[in-house]
Amino acid sequence: MSSEEMAVQQLSAPVTIFLIALFFGGTLFMSIMISKKKENADGYMNAGHNIGFGIAATSMTATWIWASSMYASATAGYTYGISGPIHYGLWGALMILFIYPFGRRIRAVAPRAHTLAEVMYARHGRSSQLMLAGSNVLGSVISLTSNLIAGGALVAMLSPFSFTQGIVVMAAGVLLYTLWSGFRASVLTDFAQAMAMLGAVVVIIPVVFFAAGGPGMFEAGAQNLTPQQSNFFSSDAFLHQGAPYIAAVLAYAIGNQTIAQRLFAVREDLIKPTFITATIGYGATVIGIGMLGVMALYLGMEPMGGDVNNLIPQMATTFLGPILLCVFFIMIIGALASTADSDLAALSSIMMADVYGQNVAGRKKANPKTMLLIGRVTMIVATAAALYFASGQMSILDLLVFVGALWGALVFPVIASFYWGKVTNAAFTVSTLVAVAIFIPVRFEMLPMITPVGLVVDVLSVVGVGVVLGLMAFGFFGLKPALWVGSIAAIVTAPFGIGFLHDYHVLSGSLVAYAVSTLVCYLMSFRSKESFDFALIQKRIGSFDSEEEPEKALDDDTTSKR
Amino acid sequence: MSTLLLTGYVLIWPIIVAFVLYFLARGFLKDWSRSRKDGRPII
Repeated sequence: MSSEEMAVQQLSAPVTIFLIALFFGGTLFMSIMISKKKENADGYMNAGHNIGFGIAATSMTATWIWASSMYASATAGYTYGISGPIHYGLWGALMILFIYPFGRRIRAVAPRAHTLAEVMYARHGRSSQLMLAGSNVLGSVISLTSNLIAGGALVAMLSPFSFTQGIVVMAAGVLLYTLWSGFRASVLTDFAQAMAMLGAVVVIIPVVFFAAGGPGMFEAGAQNLTPQQSNFFSSDAFLHQGAPYIAAVLAYAIGNQTIAQRLFAVREDLIKPTFITATIGYGATVIGIGMLGVMALYLGMEPMGGDVNNLIPQMATTFLGPILLCVFFIMIIGALASTADSDLAALSSIMMADVYGQNVAGRKKANPKTMLLIGRVTMIVATAAALYFASGQMSILDLLVFVGALWGALVFPVIASFYWGKVTNAAFTVSTLVAVAIFIPVRFEMLPMITPVGLVVDVLSVVGVGVVLGLMAFGFFGLKPALWVGSIAAIVTAPFGIGFLHDYHVLSGSLVAYAVSTLVCYLMSFRSKESFDFALIQKRIGSFDSEEEPEKALDDDTTSKR
Repeated sequence: MSTLLLTGYVLIWPIIVAFVLYFLARGFLKDWSRSRKDGRPII
């Protein structure tokens, strides 16, 4: 079947309207069922810190599966072959897993926090807080825009409606059910969206597989793959897809407020099972969808318009009947809506807690009613901004590179701040800024990678490998094992990495950011005489919408001698 | 990779997702039932 004939299979206008109405009507109904006339400002941000396993795990799974992750996994499968989806889905799943040990520490230190940036304010002060909060805001706006674009493209491809109509409907639908109850609505509707998404995956992948020819497809299409693409241990796939993503694991885990929000919302003893289940759910779903890209490769399918993002809809319209095409439509909308509503909830909590609560009004004078108004206005403004960027089809994903770098530079300072009393605000801020400043020329190839520049980049990259693996080990096993793991990783990587890594500017950029922020933060802190009392954080962060009065905020000395 | 392995490699993921779906649904029903028993909203 030709590409043109594939594109003909569409949903009719009434069916499209029915599906969209069913989806957003259902989520709006769920939202109304739990809405209160007078919402609590804290509940709007963290749903009372007491969510059960079922809701929390489902919400974490649904939130992390965004439309782009499905498309990107299929693209990885199509581009890099058999191992492509693994190098996308597995490491993306680990972003959820690797945050949970740190999450338990963060909850212990700040059990009533609303955002990670708020905890940074209590730990260090304003500059650290706003750096993290600012990066969270950027990241969520980018994610929101990306999901709207995915929705618009889906509607334009599968229905008689236009891209613009698609993005407007998606934006309005998500905003409508999230606006009143905020995070509570986001989390509850995530359950329905996850059930729809995961249920669709369970059915669609086997159906497409057998409709495309089943096992015979692999024999018939083997000649369509290059040796690298047919190799499960492809070095191409690892170096271009897997390794940069591994490097991004901790960065996205730390930098994404949607994860942190669920960390603060779930009942504290349920953090581990929640995040482990979400890891498996996300990984299996996204890798599974990535198999559509692998199948397209074996089939010799050419993406429509040369755009690999069309692969998933192409596979769907080619091999699914009308009813399953509707299921597929709901699956993609579910993916984008579940993440979009989480982004709106994250943005509103940052504006409520970090901007208004801590900086504008101050903790003692923060008015819960005003906070709620600010949260809702934030959602409206963010949706409008995302619509503006989406309608211009701006290449906003390029910004994600910069945000990812900022998050990568923040990883060590943020994590160290929760465990090491010597980390100062200056060390936090300076190390992050220096790391980003060095990341930019490396990532965007602004410097000729000849000796000694290339050598310095390689050495820093090797250090970065040690930092990444060391931090991952630290979360689960503690400091000494982490130092061993990090050191051994760097030593083992050095002979292979030096003279080589600078050719992979995406990977080396991330690793350099990790290395520089770690080195600068450590060097600025280890001789510090300060020793922060972590018990102060719990006293400084509390509810905004209650009568409790936590200790005076950070206008005084932030440290105390122990 | 042999045809059989590739087939298993493609189909294992929806099977894992099905298990996860079961555990999530069961967890949600437990949360809902507990909240009803305690007389409080589920969220």
